[in-house]
Amino acid sequence: MHELSVCQAMLAQVEQIAAREGADSVATIVIRIGPLSGVVPDLLQQAFTIARAGTLAAEAELVTEVQPIRIRCLACDAETDAEPNRLLCSACGGYRTQVISGDELLLASVELDIADKMAETPA
Amino acid sequence: MCDTCGCNITQGNRHLIQEGGKHAHTKDGKVAVEVLQNLLSENDHQAAHNRAHFDSHQVLAVNLMSSPGSGKTRLLERTIDALQGSYRIGVIEGDLETENDADRIRAKGVEAIQITTGTACHLDAHMIHHALHEMDLDQVDILFIENVGNLVCPASFDLGQHLNVTLLSVTEGDDKPAKYPVIFRAADHVLITKSDLLAVLDEFDPKQAEEAVRQLAVTSPVSLLSAKSGEGIDHWLEWLTQQMSEQAQRRAAGETASPKIQPDGQHLHAHG
Repeated sequence: MHELSVCQAMLAQVEQIAAREGADSVATIVIRIGPLSGVVPDLLQQAFTIARAGTLAAEAELVTEVQPIRIRCLACDAETDAEPNRLLCSACGGYRTQVISGDELLLASVELDIADKMAETPA
Repeated sequence: MCDTCGCNITQGNRHLIQEGGKHAHTKDGKVAVEVLQNLLSENDHQAAHNRAHFDSHQVLAVNLMSSPGSGKTRLLERTIDALQGSYRIGVIEGDLETENDADRIRAKGVEAIQITTGTACHLDAHMIHHALHEMDLDQVDILFIENVGNLVCPASFDLGQHLNVTLLSVTEGDDKPAKYPVIFRAADHVLITKSDLLAVLDEFDPKQAEEAVRQLAVTSPVSLLSAKSGEGIDHWLEWLTQQMSEQAQRRAAGETASPKIQPDGQHLHAHG
């Protein structure tokens, strides 16, 4: 249930960006989540429908891009897929691995409606 | 200033974004802004502030995480008994309700701030910051933060601590690290607690538990401990003392430490 906290933090960030850009509203929020972040995309979507009410993102769509778990072995240098509870090198079985993808919790981008300014500007 | 997080957008270059410059917009006239910030950047910012606060007061902050009832408070009581006289200890307790845990710590003569989260399932950096206003850090050498009992949510929130300790009691089952990988991956030390019960719990195999931790490519120590019988307590205290001296060295070098999520190449165990 910490997804609601994560969602509120995300919306606070998005509203800051929207205010800075002088946006009327937020159309789309794109986030990148890895399974090792501890945040569940579906639960975040559910939390979003509640948390967005009354914000500039009240009508926004939340797009979650789920990232695969990829690890690099520091012993044999192989880059392989991994499971959340098995982060050993698939090539040599070594413990000395680094997660290179799959633990992210990123606000990737936002799409904003900035109606007035767009209208004033010639194409 | 950078080209990825949006911090470089100013009055002077905003037209680049809004008129179809390189920052782009979508076909239906919406403005796309690339951000690439951690979703919890506000929490992380507060956590960094807390960490700087700990460092400036020469405090080592240790975050204890586990499921409810795995013995975090009992371990703290035992640790306080052993270290009082050597180090000044402070405790921040996180629970949904009651001051029970803080009262147990206070009964040992140690200052404890209780955070009651209501329904929140974890502590965050802002709650810790708030609690720190009630504590005189100049009177503290080690600050223990006892997180809300929960093997899921606390792992996602940096509090500003230097180290994470994750507890797993033998009554919970030796496959918990495989079931809750995120929180065990975040551990700088995994403590298998209530080892005195192993005599009657033959289904818990400490080796299996450690193996499940190692499967997560975690190289942190995994130790067996009983706050009741005292098994493993000396080892735990030695580790804490070692961490105190490492923290002092970092401080002297103007450095700090965050919980070890990503293994550091120099401290990795060999496979086997």
